[in-house]
Amino acid sequence: MTWAWFHRFGSPPYFYRLATRWVPWLSWPAGLLIVGGLFGGLVIAPADYQQSDAYRILYVHAPTAWLSQMAYTLMAVAAAVGLVWRMKVASAVAAAAAPIGATFTAVSLVTGMLWGQPMWGTYWVWDPRLVFQLVLFFFFLGFIGLRSAIDDVSRADRAGAVLAIVGVVNVPIVHYSVTWWNSLHQAPSVLRAQGPSMPASMLVPLLMSFLGITLYFYAVLLYRTRAEILRRDRGAAWVRDMLAVKGKTE
Amino acid sequence: MSEFFAMSGYALYVWSSYAIGVGALLLNIFWARSSLRQAEAQARRRLATGDAA
Repeated sequence: MTWAWFHRFGSPPYFYRLATRWVPWLSWPAGLLIVGGLFGGLVIAPADYQQSDAYRILYVHAPTAWLSQMAYTLMAVAAAVGLVWRMKVASAVAAAAAPIGATFTAVSLVTGMLWGQPMWGTYWVWDPRLVFQLVLFFFFLGFIGLRSAIDDVSRADRAGAVLAIVGVVNVPIVHYSVTWWNSLHQAPSVLRAQGPSMPASMLVPLLMSFLGITLYFYAVLLYRTRAEILRRDRGAAWVRDMLAVKGKTE
Repeated sequence: MSEFFAMSGYALYVWSSYAIGVGALLLNIFWARSSLRQAEAQARRRLATGDAA
């Protein structure tokens, strides 16, 4: 087993160029899948026999909730790699993931409230699933706030990494909260042992939204990572060369 | 058609959820673009003022 690929990924100019190349290849399928998934969820999927048309919030709520947990896990792993191996690119990925994760955690909470009001009769209950998802949001905010409070980027990366790693314990708690405790929130209806509990016309748009938002996340993540790499490598020769070339063609 | 927009009386909840979701998707694209532009401008300024890295 050679670790050459790992070291290559750790090279800022290599990762920067790779990120630039990958963004369009992720963006186009992401856009098509999201448009298809939302259209399918609004138009093609039938109304639910209990919740009628209100359940269509699912097509925004579930993919953004999934994204919030994926973004946090990725952020914590990248931050840990940056902390342990002093890998600038990994710290850049973690810093880039935080604002995206925070936004979509907020979206999952707000759409959950908009679903709770007509179905449960209240916007908010102090239910395990809701509370731990709120805690996830605060961990994102804490990571962003802590990093921005420290001027030196590499020190900010190290301090942020410790917070991100501590908070990762919350991710499985959010996921299993509906199974461990008697929650008002429903249990999973797609990822469960007996298979999905919905017809294909409901399930296919949902899976498209899941896949689309996942690709979207990686596209925006790579785009933001480029900015974070520039912040960490400003004085480097490759940045000077790249900006000189870019300046002439603009 | 108006039946579709009415969402069986849940129009307010359903449509505001979709608006918030799509708004967040667009907002993050906008943020990512402005973040890269800002980082490039900072790097350029540093190069222009000499290599005091």
